[in-house]
Amino acid sequence: MELHNFITLIQERLAGKVLSVAEMKNDDVMITTDREHFAEVVAILKNNSSFRFSTLMNQSGADYTDTLAVMVNLYSGFLRRKVTVKAFLQRENPEIDSLVPLFRGIDWYERETFDMFGIRFLGHPNLKRLLLPDDWEGYPLRKDYVYPHSYNGMETGRADLLDVDAAGEAHV
Amino acid sequence: MSKYSSQEMVLNMGPHHPSTHGVIRFILQTDGEMMVKATPDIGFLHRGIEKIAERLPWQAFMPYTDRVDYVASVNCNLGYAVAVERLADITVPERAEYLRVIAAELSRIGSHFIGFGALLLDLGAVTPFVHALRERERYNDLMEMLCGARLTHNYVRIGGVAQDAPDGFAEKCLSFVDHLEYEFIGEFNNMISFNTILINRLANVGVISAATANDFTLSGPNLRGSGADFDLRRDEPYSVYNRFNFDVPKGTGKFGSLGDSYDRYWVRIEEVTQSCRIIREALRKMPKSGDIRTRLPKPFTVPAGEVYVRTEAPRGELGFYLVSDGGKQPFRVKIRTGSFSAMTIIEHISQGVMVADLVAIIGSLDVVAPEIDR
Repeated sequence: MELHNFITLIQERLAGKVLSVAEMKNDDVMITTDREHFAEVVAILKNNSSFRFSTLMNQSGADYTDTLAVMVNLYSGFLRRKVTVKAFLQRENPEIDSLVPLFRGIDWYERETFDMFGIRFLGHPNLKRLLLPDDWEGYPLRKDYVYPHSYNGMETGRADLLDVDAAGEAHV
Repeated sequence: MSKYSSQEMVLNMGPHHPSTHGVIRFILQTDGEMMVKATPDIGFLHRGIEKIAERLPWQAFMPYTDRVDYVASVNCNLGYAVAVERLADITVPERAEYLRVIAAELSRIGSHFIGFGALLLDLGAVTPFVHALRERERYNDLMEMLCGARLTHNYVRIGGVAQDAPDGFAEKCLSFVDHLEYEFIGEFNNMISFNTILINRLANVGVISAATANDFTLSGPNLRGSGADFDLRRDEPYSVYNRFNFDVPKGTGKFGSLGDSYDRYWVRIEEVTQSCRIIREALRKMPKSGDIRTRLPKPFTVPAGEVYVRTEAPRGELGFYLVSDGGKQPFRVKIRTGSFSAMTIIEHISQGVMVADLVAIIGSLDVVAPEIDR
């Protein structure tokens, strides 16, 4: 299907549920929606017989400084097309519906996004930190993240060996 | 406790276990020799590569992509370079594209040697691993000739490759792939692939149907092992892969049921032969001389925008989601790796298998720890 026709088809089928549908680099289509319609839009893309976006390629989060965002990349072997669905979230209370009921493999992706951005996925069966320790503070991939100086009493910085005090000791 | 009662026991496997392929931990719930559940615990090798990317110029991130999957570093270089080129509309000289394909396919061969070699090692067959490593040593020599490094190659650049192939590289490369395709693979199969003990250890173990594999976002050889006919090099060609003639091997249930560990093992063996075909054809079609790198403007900036580009790495789909704000540095880099997806399915398929079979399942999924954690 031609990209132009495909975009028209999406706009038709998802009218009222999406904010914008735009062409994206690499033969991709960017669908922007809001957090209320996010899971619904993905479900339609997956289950509608004229789309069949049944393959999840990637899920990630991003911090656009004023807002946070969640995006999923879907692929349809039927149409041989890719789409990116993105939803912007408030910084204060980032919450969005989990996609685990639709794609079982998204479980860890959502946990990683929670781990790195602090975005909570409602209805996720096991929303815990994935890569970082459970007692880690803060969400590292946010743009306003401040590097901790120590973790459980261990220094995280490295001493500058050229910067020594009067006694010849280097400090972190 | 009565004579026949069963008792569940929680067993810790890893983080430093010889058969977990790096630093991964599994929490096993066992009932005697049977496993109730194996829960992976990851993050021991998390280096925050995605955060590092936001603090470096676009080109300077290239050496870090080596460390995403150090067993097949050229494929990671290539994935990142292709993503940036698609976002910034950079064209790559013809000769550089062929050099990339040759290096990437050599890397795939080298990676599969570790992949099935380590699987066999985990199952207790030490000798075949040494044979596979002997051939990987020749691959290391070839890569050293091409780019000077033996493990983290850092060969691909945005807009081209780092160096041209030296004199004598093509001949050496050709003799290597001829040796592999016509001598080594047959010898290796006779030695181990058709061995009854190996077949009994792998066949019907860890069966994944194509639908389940898709549901758990498996990709690459793991997906093809379940019988799915999908290869990004053929179905969504990047670089110059559309100019080559090769088959896409897939699982057939050779000695057991479709999608078992043996199918995944066999797909990797077959892929080595196909990579040999691609390399031979690339060496033949490669322009004899020419530019190897596009000159990038200084300072190099990428127009604002977003892109998701996926390439076929030895461990499955390697995707880069790039966000640029028009600056000298990436705004956000998300790396989607094959091993990360492969780990998510272990909890599902490890229910009710023997503890010894878990080792076969992990090995047949060919996970590499740094690629899971990034």
